[in-house]
Amino acid sequence: MRHTIRTFLTLGALAVASALAVPGQASAADGVDAIKQRGTLIVGVKADYKPFGFRDPSGTIIGLEPDLAADLAKRLGVKLELVPVVSANRIEFLQQGKVDLLIATLSDKPERRRVVQAIDPQYYSDFVNVLLPKTAGITDWAQLKGKPLCATSGAWYNKDVARTYGAEIVAFDGSEKPLFALKQGNCLGYVYDQSMLQGKLLDDDWKAGYALPLKGILDAPWMMAVALGNTTLQTMVEDATKDWMKTGFVVAGERKWGIEPTAYSKAMHEKYKNATN
Amino acid sequence: MIEAVQAWFQRLYETTGFNFTIFYDPYDWDRYVAGLRMTLLLGISTILISLVIGAVGALLQSGPSRLLRGLVNGFVVVFRNTPPLVQIFFFYFGLGTLLPDVRSADGLRTPILDNVQWAILSLSLFAGAFNVEIFRSGIEAVPRTTVEAAEALGYTRFKAYRHVVLPLALRVCLPALNNNLINLLKTTTLAYAIAVPETLYAVKQIWSESQNVLEMMLVLLATYAVLVGVLVWIMHRWERALRIPGYGR
Repeated sequence: MRHTIRTFLTLGALAVASALAVPGQASAADGVDAIKQRGTLIVGVKADYKPFGFRDPSGTIIGLEPDLAADLAKRLGVKLELVPVVSANRIEFLQQGKVDLLIATLSDKPERRRVVQAIDPQYYSDFVNVLLPKTAGITDWAQLKGKPLCATSGAWYNKDVARTYGAEIVAFDGSEKPLFALKQGNCLGYVYDQSMLQGKLLDDDWKAGYALPLKGILDAPWMMAVALGNTTLQTMVEDATKDWMKTGFVVAGERKWGIEPTAYSKAMHEKYKNATN
Repeated sequence: MIEAVQAWFQRLYETTGFNFTIFYDPYDWDRYVAGLRMTLLLGISTILISLVIGAVGALLQSGPSRLLRGLVNGFVVVFRNTPPLVQIFFFYFGLGTLLPDVRSADGLRTPILDNVQWAILSLSLFAGAFNVEIFRSGIEAVPRTTVEAAEALGYTRFKAYRHVVLPLALRVCLPALNNNLINLLKTTTLAYAIAVPETLYAVKQIWSESQNVLEMMLVLLATYAVLVGVLVWIMHRWERALRIPGYGR
């Protein structure tokens, strides 16, 4: 009898405690009003991907994407909090409400659009390009015919590049070994994601002798994302994106961080420059 | 004929989902065959070079010079005690940077040895170290009295080794040598790590594009089973051809 009463009291206490605990759960996934009330916009960014999101010597996260996040926080009139994410956990952080918004080099893929709310138009696009020595004198993709190009094994564009331009793909595991091989002269260039190659060119040992003389191909847009159902934040970020395209904010950001503005950023700026909406 | 085979495998993919792209896609087939050719090149060249290294090393190992004996033993210790993949990386990425800077006509750095040549060098030295010990086992099996008899007949040390000791030693150590050469043929797959376009490298590229890992793995296993089977058959024929009546079996 005493045991049964104790069990019921415990269960009742647990039920009350859990009922009280729930409201505080999805604090980060709420709309614009909740963010304004909280006073902080929490954005997930990369911290290891120069120059889109990386750490400065003091440890603060800086880069093109933190700048975009800062602009959004300014528009909302709130403080900015940057949460470092990696590819393996960024979508989960958004789904769990740890961040309001993701600006983390997220490639636009249909499977991802099913689980998060993508922001259109896409704010950026990555391309495929080749890191070449300046002395190579290559100005066109057609000149790569028959030449050896280092690549990372398993990249989705290796076969396309080999078949379309006739280059000979020399594939290694990972992205460190191809760079070693390039330095030793075992291949003419390194075909990889343009954004990563641009980051490499900001390093001193690559800046002097190497460049990206070719135009990027095979564009793969990046998307910002909010949690599914967060329509107020989605609308606000969409409007902000169109404004960025109008004012050329992203193009200016690219120049600020030392990378050549991509064809996508320039094209979007052109398209929205004279738009009236 | 070829179209019939291609059509059959295409139908197999559509009906059962077993995707053997190499049989109906000519591009993949070409890559796979190029990989096979490279594996054969690697296999044959490393087998021949390592046999020479083994024979010469075993000769020096039983010689009078302390320096040469020490060098051969040092070589055997270094190449047996370290993993072959580490040796390949060391040769290609490590030694490759230390070698002198050679520039081509347009000022680009060109390596002195390309990755295929480094792979052959590294694998030959690796297998050569094992072969030295295998040949030593054969040489020590030749009775001391036979060597003394050769000396008494007036053979120099080298001529005795060539005409008397080595033929007998070879017949004794052939099974162990066979083992090592089979291992060597399979170890050539490690060259994929320095982007040598051999069978494993070609198959890996095919399966990462077409997502047919299981089918390609089966093809790869079957390929090596056949290649090793052919090597074993050749070695057995050689064993039979070398048989001396009354010596051994």
